[in-house]
This record gives sequence, structure tokens and C-alpha cells, in this order.
Amino acid sequence: MLIGVVPFGMIYGALALSQGLSPAAALAMSSILFAGSAQFLFCQLFGAGAPALVTVAEVGLLNLRHALYSAALAPHIAHLPRRWKLALAYLLTDEAYATIARREASGEASGPYRHWFYLGAGLGLWGSWQLSTAVGVLLGARLPADWPLDFALPLTFIAIVVPLIRNRTMLAVAAVSGIVALLLAGLPFKLGLLVAALAGMAVGWRLAGSTA
Amino acid sequence: MNVWWLIVLCGVMTFAIRLSFIAAEGKVTFPPGFRRLLTFVPVATLTALVVPDLLMPQGTLWLAWDNARLAAGVAAVVIAATTRSVLWTLVGGFVVLGLWS
Repeated sequence: MLIGVVPFGMIYGALALSQGLSPAAALAMSSILFAGSAQFLFCQLFGAGAPALVTVAEVGLLNLRHALYSAALAPHIAHLPRRWKLALAYLLTDEAYATIARREASGEASGPYRHWFYLGAGLGLWGSWQLSTAVGVLLGARLPADWPLDFALPLTFIAIVVPLIRNRTMLAVAAVSGIVALLLAGLPFKLGLLVAALAGMAVGWRLAGSTA
Repeated sequence: MNVWWLIVLCGVMTFAIRLSFIAAEGKVTFPPGFRRLLTFVPVATLTALVVPDLLMPQGTLWLAWDNARLAAGVAAVVIAATTRSVLWTLVGGFVVLGLWS
């Protein structure tokens, strides 16, 4: 898991510079936002000159999935003091959630001290992300401009989405989102993304509602 | 808007989303359908981002075997389904993209 984020962080650092962000802004975003896919999207929208409102709406929609992770983690840390909740919420990423979920499933992370495991996993990922971002920023200026670094974004999303499609409802959500996104791809600043994602969610809602 | 403000705004919003259920646990009860709706969010948003990237790499529909991004994307779907690994999906996708173009 820690190794997995390293190439991703390096690619992010290089991509940020190629889209016109300063090295300082690229590094700061890794600690302020701390969300790889959203940072990629931010860079691409910044490079395309998207309005602030569009960037905020799309980053928000993309990161809305973290509410799901928050809901999954909440009962396990309900007894902890507020500073723990704030720290673990800040460190809650796709990878941290995947690590926690795997440990929960295997029964390894149990007992009263498991929040230390959550914290360790989160901090390990955080450190890997900051370091690899810095390496990417340092190397980024030396990479050939025609390297398709941006392709790391769809590849990572495929790696996240494919294991989630475990039933027909999820397949329908993916199909509708994908088709609507294609039909509306002509809209500026990836606005079709907003409509497509909402359409996919609506279809999932309908299908799940009618079978439940 | 200054890019720094935009980064901070996105960061605060992301933190608020991550904190949402953790902070509300035991204080607020959500309608039962709300969490179910959330389960569709990752697939809906990420697929909507990926599909145009693969099928319209230059802005128009390119549904042909010589579309390297489409070939690499299909390979990535197969690798992701079998390995469930982000790293191997990245490696395999870039290798196919490199071989194809």
C-alpha cells in the first residue's frame, strides 16, 4: 500500500508543474488536500483555466466518496477524544480506508488499541505521499513534455472502481455514468462529469430501491 | 480566485467530508437510504471521469483498435479485476500504452 502511492505521488508532482502550478503550491496541496485523485483533477482543471466554482464543485463531488469511508470508520472510533477524530478524519484516504477494511475483514485490527493501527497506517501513507510528491516536483522539470503522465489518473480510477463493481446495480451505475459522460463530453470544464455522476447515482438509487 | 485560496477551500471541504460521519456519530441519524446512495458515489464519479478519457482522448469519439488509451484502459480493467492492485494496474496500463503508441 505504501509502495503503491509512491509512483502516483511522483506523477502528481510532475503533472502539477506541467499544468502551471508552482512547486510550492504543488507541495502544499499534498498536505492541505491530501487526496491524490482530487489533486490530479485540480491540476487538470487549473491547467484548463476552469472557474473556481467549477473546480470546487468537481473536487467536492469526487471526494464525496470519503463520506462513505467516514461512515464506515465512525462507529470504531466513536469512543475516542475529539483530537483523535480530527486526526483520523484528516488521514482518511482511499488507501487508508482499504487498509483498514482489509484488516477489519481479517480480524487483525481488533481490541482497544486499534486506533493506533489506524493512525500508523494513515501517517505512513501521509509520509509516503509528501515524499513522493516532492520527488515528482524535483524530477518533473526534467521529464520530456510528451510523456502521458496524465494517464495515471484514469488508470488509478480503474483500479479503484473495477473491484467495486460486484453486482448488476453497480454495473448499471457505471454504464449510465460512462455513457452520459460521453454524451456530455462537449461541455466545458468537465461539467458533463457532474451531470453524469448524478445520473449514475440516480439509476443506482432506483435499481436498489426497487429490489430492496 | 488566487490558486492558494482555491487549494485551501478544496482542502477544508475535503476535510469536512471526511469528518462528516465521524463527527455526527451518535448525534445525528441519517435516513436509511442516505448511506445506500453514498455507496454509488465512487463508481458514478470515477467512471464518469475515466470513460471520456479513454474513448475521446482527442475530444471526439475514437472507437478503434488503434486508440492506444482505449487499449491500455481495457488492459487496466482486466488487470484491476484480477490483481485488485493499484500499482499493477498503473504499471500494466502504462506498458500497454507505451507498446501501442
